[in-house]
Amino acid sequence: MSAAITDMRSSPRPAGAKALMRVESVVKHFPAGLGQSVKAVDGVSFEVREGETLGLVGESGCGKSTLARLVTQLLPVTSGRIFYEDVELTKLRGEKLRQQRRQMQMIFQDPFASLDPRMTVGDIIAEPLDNFGVMKGRARDSRVQELLRIVGLNPNFNNRYPHEFSGGQRQRIGIARALALKPRLVVCDEAISALDVSIQAQIVNLLEDLQREFKLTYLFIAHDLSVVRHISDRVMVMYLGKIVEIADSTETYANPKHPYTKALLSAIPVPDPKIQRGRRLVELTGEIPSPLHPPSGCRFHTRCPIARVPAPCAETEPPLEEKARDHLAACHFSSDV
Amino acid sequence: MPTPILQVKGLRTEFLTDGGIVRAVDDVTFDLYPGETLGIVGESGSGKSVTALSLLRLVPDPGRVVGGQVLFRNEDLLQISEDDIRQIRGRDIAMIFQDPQSSLNPVLKTGFQIDEAMLAHGTPKGQAHARTIELLKKVRIPAAESRVKDFPHQLSGGMRQRAMIAMGLANTPSILIADEPTTALDVTVQAQILELLADLNRELGTAIVMITHDMGVVAGLCTRVIVMYAGQIVEEGPVEQIFDNPQHPYTWSLLRSIPRVDALRHERLRSIEGIAPDLLHPPKGCRFHPRCPFRVEKCFTDEPSLEEVAPNQKAACWVTMERARREMGADELVDIRPGAGSGVRRGELR
Repeated sequence: MSAAITDMRSSPRPAGAKALMRVESVVKHFPAGLGQSVKAVDGVSFEVREGETLGLVGESGCGKSTLARLVTQLLPVTSGRIFYEDVELTKLRGEKLRQQRRQMQMIFQDPFASLDPRMTVGDIIAEPLDNFGVMKGRARDSRVQELLRIVGLNPNFNNRYPHEFSGGQRQRIGIARALALKPRLVVCDEAISALDVSIQAQIVNLLEDLQREFKLTYLFIAHDLSVVRHISDRVMVMYLGKIVEIADSTETYANPKHPYTKALLSAIPVPDPKIQRGRRLVELTGEIPSPLHPPSGCRFHTRCPIARVPAPCAETEPPLEEKARDHLAACHFSSDV
Repeated sequence: MPTPILQVKGLRTEFLTDGGIVRAVDDVTFDLYPGETLGIVGESGSGKSVTALSLLRLVPDPGRVVGGQVLFRNEDLLQISEDDIRQIRGRDIAMIFQDPQSSLNPVLKTGFQIDEAMLAHGTPKGQAHARTIELLKKVRIPAAESRVKDFPHQLSGGMRQRAMIAMGLANTPSILIADEPTTALDVTVQAQILELLADLNRELGTAIVMITHDMGVVAGLCTRVIVMYAGQIVEEGPVEQIFDNPQHPYTWSLLRSIPRVDALRHERLRSIEGIAPDLLHPPKGCRFHPRCPFRVEKCFTDEPSLEEVAPNQKAACWVTMERARREMGADELVDIRPGAGSGVRRGELR
């Protein structure tokens, strides 16, 4: 189906759209023994707007996958609140939480590990339907076939097993499963990172088509900023458990207001030798510090090319605040970026 | 053109599996020139890594090199004795891998492992140790004097890859083969390592063979590129020329399917339809024909060979993009289904 729809640009979504999900001062610490804790997510607030794709990028260990599991409440928060529309998810337990989860589904990174090898593709896709007792018998089977068709697979594949499919096809199966309950929010956690370039493009296009067709809202998490920028309306950048910047995706690239975002953008190689050789790398010294002992003040100050230490960067933590219209950044010197 | 330092001719590597013979590398021929940076790019299963391993006879079981020549200093590396190839590995041709964690021995100090690379080729002990510190400085590891005593787990991922590069350079080899050296690293660290490799290439004149799936890495580091698909070379040439004017539909499609961080508009990606072929049963004719928008009848039956399509640029294609542009309106084509440009639709994939 992806080939038939051609050269359609996704329509821009209004900036004033209402929030489908609100995350308020969420913290997740994992105990690490000796009274220490890994501060995986350390005070994060943002909203996911209805119908948008909100991208979340950051390097390994920044807390992005933990955040994905927090917003779907697969992990309990240490503190903070998460709202889905007007319902406070962080207060719900048991059956009530389970019912809320029908609205939000996840697509995972590894299309090999996320499908049970002993189940048929049909049963995998129908599992959410079975769990919630939504459909039975012929209705269930025809829904499975419809879902297979929607994700661009042959509807008669329902009796096959995952090992018969390639990585890209398995990811389509994972997407079909995520769509089975007609969710409104889909969290894609590195959903295309394990795929080859040519297959990545197929899946990105499929996700965009599905979003238009079913009015989905995406939280799209990846380490690859070029893919995130392509698919997202807004991009959120995380560093060491904190959000450092949130802005419209074009704006993020054209006008980054946090030095980390700028460095991240400059580090991504552009597949064009003339441009790539002329680009200047904002070289960051060293690597991400341990989330066991995050640096004082601004967590990025140890690697920041424009930090002024000790004051204020090593002493005061910069708040995430609006630096331009609908453009938030957490930096003391965002005008120098 | 100067004389090549390494000539690969008709290389074939096979894997014997339960399902039959997989021809992972099928008749690969290319030259490597002194001091150049050559990229070998392809998707998983294209044969790029097996090609690299075959050069040094490092293909793991059940794989074996079944044909061809790898000529280095008038010797065929595929024919010389096991002792002789061991002398060449690490001394003349060094290799670094994707995962520095599993390439280093966890119970030996990092410095000692770099010493070993030199001891194995006859450098006296004291001299080796001094050179290790010098090498670690060269790859920009801070506090090199104390870092030599660290075990691999005490180093970060980027630091370990730097140590691997130091080890690779220990005997000042004339060729360094790097197999996806930055794939496991974060982008900011990847950028540091790529810059280091470029500097070392300029400074020491070591020829670099960069195996990667990332066209961006090729664009930044390499001067020449080989594009592989399903075990074969489909296109080869100077980097700028290939990116500007690819002649093989696979290269052309691949370049258009990558989202670019510097792209200004939110455009639909031009994906490549279908999936890479199963190498147990590769398609007849051109291996890309089941996915190619510009295929003609001949592509279904006859295998194209790598021919010169422009100065220094070769492509294995019956049609080539020049004709696809001229006759099939390739640049305006929005339907990228197999055969879309030429109208040859039979045998279409699902």
